[in-house]
Amino acid sequence: MNDLSPPTNTSGCRSAPILKQRGQREVFCGLTGIIWLHRKMQDAFFLVIGSRTCAHLLQSAAGVMIFAEPRFGTAILEETDLAGLADAQQELDKVVDELLARRPDIRQLFLVGSCPSEVIKLDLAKAAERMTQRHAPSVRVLNFSGSGIETTFTQGEDACLASMVPVLPETDARQLLLVGALPDVVEDQAINLLSQMGIDAKVLPAPRADSDLAVGPNTVFALIQPFLGDTHAALERRGARHLPAPFPFGEEGTTAWLAAIATEFGVDQATFDAVTAAPRARARKAIAQAAETLAGKSLFFFPDSQLEIPLARFLTRECGMTAFEIGAPFIHKAIVGPDLDLIAPGPTLSEGQDVDLQLDRARAQAPDLTVCGLGLANPLEAEGLATKWAIELVFTPVHFYEQAGDLAGLFSRPLRRKDILASDPTSFGPKYSGGSGGLAPQRQP
Amino acid sequence: MKLTVWTYEGPPHVGAMRVATGMTGLHYVLHAPQGDTYADLLFTMIERRNDRPPVTYTTFQARDLGSDTAHLFKTSLEEAYDRFKPEALIVGASCTAELIQDDPGGMSEMMGLPVPVIPLELPSYQRKENFGADETFFQITRALAKPCEKTERPSANLIGPTALGFRHRDDITEVTALLNDMGIDVNVVAPMTASPSDIARMGAAHFNVLMYPETAESAARWMERELGLPFTKTVPIGVGATREFVAEAAELAGVTPRFDDSRLRLPWYSASVDSTYLTGKRVFIFGDGTHVKAAARIARDEMGFEVVGLGCYNREMAREIRAVARDFDLTATITDDYLEVERVIEDLAPEMILGTQMERHIGKRLGIPCAVISAPVHVQDFPARYSPQMGIEGANVIFDTWVHPLVMGLEEHLLHMFRDDFEFHDAAGPSHHGGHAPVAGGDAVSSPQPEIAPQKTTEEDGNVIWLADAEKELKKIPFFVRGKARRNTETFAASKGVTEISVDTLYEAKAHYAR
Repeated sequence: MNDLSPPTNTSGCRSAPILKQRGQREVFCGLTGIIWLHRKMQDAFFLVIGSRTCAHLLQSAAGVMIFAEPRFGTAILEETDLAGLADAQQELDKVVDELLARRPDIRQLFLVGSCPSEVIKLDLAKAAERMTQRHAPSVRVLNFSGSGIETTFTQGEDACLASMVPVLPETDARQLLLVGALPDVVEDQAINLLSQMGIDAKVLPAPRADSDLAVGPNTVFALIQPFLGDTHAALERRGARHLPAPFPFGEEGTTAWLAAIATEFGVDQATFDAVTAAPRARARKAIAQAAETLAGKSLFFFPDSQLEIPLARFLTRECGMTAFEIGAPFIHKAIVGPDLDLIAPGPTLSEGQDVDLQLDRARAQAPDLTVCGLGLANPLEAEGLATKWAIELVFTPVHFYEQAGDLAGLFSRPLRRKDILASDPTSFGPKYSGGSGGLAPQRQP
Repeated sequence: MKLTVWTYEGPPHVGAMRVATGMTGLHYVLHAPQGDTYADLLFTMIERRNDRPPVTYTTFQARDLGSDTAHLFKTSLEEAYDRFKPEALIVGASCTAELIQDDPGGMSEMMGLPVPVIPLELPSYQRKENFGADETFFQITRALAKPCEKTERPSANLIGPTALGFRHRDDITEVTALLNDMGIDVNVVAPMTASPSDIARMGAAHFNVLMYPETAESAARWMERELGLPFTKTVPIGVGATREFVAEAAELAGVTPRFDDSRLRLPWYSASVDSTYLTGKRVFIFGDGTHVKAAARIARDEMGFEVVGLGCYNREMAREIRAVARDFDLTATITDDYLEVERVIEDLAPEMILGTQMERHIGKRLGIPCAVISAPVHVQDFPARYSPQMGIEGANVIFDTWVHPLVMGLEEHLLHMFRDDFEFHDAAGPSHHGGHAPVAGGDAVSSPQPEIAPQKTTEEDGNVIWLADAEKELKKIPFFVRGKARRNTETFAASKGVTEISVDTLYEAKAHYAR
């Protein structure tokens, strides 16, 4: 299997200097993860204890209101809670009783901390413990923080999964755990590939609370997402061992990720090739189509989801792009090291953000494609820079072989669109100064 | 602590952002944790703005707490001033920063910046977005507007429009035209389009047009008191209100009222025979106070609907909306609880909802057509085309918007005629909406639910039972009037003390309600 393991050479970016600036960070907080986590865990409810801002963020980030009563909500702190006129713990008990009475289908309740609940030091761990006793065995209550002062965007999922690890039953069984919330279709593909190699895999998070998930010293785990640093640490504390590998984006990433597992479980090369040959060929073919547009183009990543480094590896190695800057909110080398090893030196690696300075750099370098958050995308498009909204990379199935072409397509589409449209950015008129001047038709005489 | 699933309004600092983003030459430095920057995308995505909102966030993190968040604020303010060189700054705190009590206003005062710095106190745990916008515009006006010489010709300020407002962009154009037709100039439009120096010369106008009381009433009252500027009380949405507005503005300006209605189509469209089918349509109206008040009047007096319920989500307008409701012999629903609004709609079983994007979702679930009349906004509420709510074109737009979700007049008769035809089954829907794929399964969102009233054969106030024959007869009535027929029959039966509805009861009720 050696030929498929990531090379541990010194030609990559692992030891490249990292630019760290401190200024305004244009990122979501960890509460955003609830949007996809609540879909994944169908008997779970996520109760944010926070402010109207938290509720507004969830609603705005969700974009559409699909459900009358979604499986998430906000217990909005009011003046009386803050002034100490009401006992916040009692108030929370009332809200939870009301909620569970209305939703008897709920088996797991997550109390999610927010910026305000942390600043007032509302002890949600204590609350979760009390409520677990009160509502056992029908409902398990856990807590984690999705606050902006503690977490950035995808770290919310990390905090949630990490909160589940200590309560997993103990097992001595030799087993593989895949860690990260993926769309079911993608998760099934991964499990299927592994089972064809004779490996049984379990997934954290399980879709329901009553799963047979357990962990122990004979557990090895592979991360599916690069932002799971705390979960990684929590699993190691339970005695499980991490299998470091590049992340399963693109043909090369997926193969290397599978190979790390295959090596661990002693799968022979012939079996590995037999299982992966066909999907590898399909992935290569699908990527090649999008790569026609991407090859030779330059790329700039604003920090967003922590997917930036694995994606930069995919786009530079498999799609022929050149990265000017790879910005990530955090760079956790124990986790993204294998991807960094594969990225050719050259790009600026930046961690954290001063958004104004970073925008200055992006404008100066004028990349062909800028990957950034929704707050920046339209303003940059209006300046003539093609963009890819980063949030779609978290919401869309992009992992493993069968999605490799879709992943490349997410990046090539904005460039193809820019080519197709006859307009040039100077024709968009002046900056939208807010008024109707020039934007609404003049009244007919 | 209050459990909330969906909210009609954001926090008050989002209201302040709507003011700042609408203006030019103003910058907002907001003491806030990282994550609060999500608010930028409301403007860049929903409103499709091509520039970043003029907001600098301090984005403090846990490690800053207790050490140097105050210092962080000062640095952010300095850097924001140096980079953006605004004519004026507003400073304030979001909900989390309010708790750490760094006092952005006090700190900025000490820093001696060469431009006005206006502190905002927006209580995040008591108030909401509209309050934030209103208070911010009031504070900016109070700090910057000065008494000045009146313009020679009669002129007015248009006040209230903000970024992310429901059709504010186009309402400005329409109201400007109404005033210009009478020889009244527009002095300043604010907050949207205004710079701090424009705010300073608002006193030169002869009066204010208060377009949206939600966002500018405090400023209007202050200018009335301090600058001697009276303001208009009628919001020109709908034909009657627009005519009244023209009279009111003419009087304030001392000019002859003039109203060119040559482009006004709503009255004739409403009178034309195709609109007969609109008569007595039972509508429920919900949204912000201003738009609900206007919509209620249009619905009854200009469209010929029957208003069966109304309400608003902003408590600031509660008194006014209760008064409107009394005029309609109704009790107003004043709530920001989405689930309560849904319950009221379910109980009333209206034939149409005039509401917000939130009620559009309720309508979708219950199978009730809905037209959107008010914020909270959605990307659909920023159409590329000119689409005001106010003035003459506003009335035309409203007619089209409200009729669009319904089955059209002649079509209703054809459906009746062909109701046994397989292609005209209940789920066919209005033909101009297209894309009605055959419904295969129980997908609650896409499957039409023509039965508005619950299938249960009981009513909460009297246990009325439908006999099988009557139930069968009811099914023969076209789906879009079936809810009304069921409800009328049940009300009729209850009023007669009848507990079982037979075919006869059904037709007696039909005769009773005939008009």
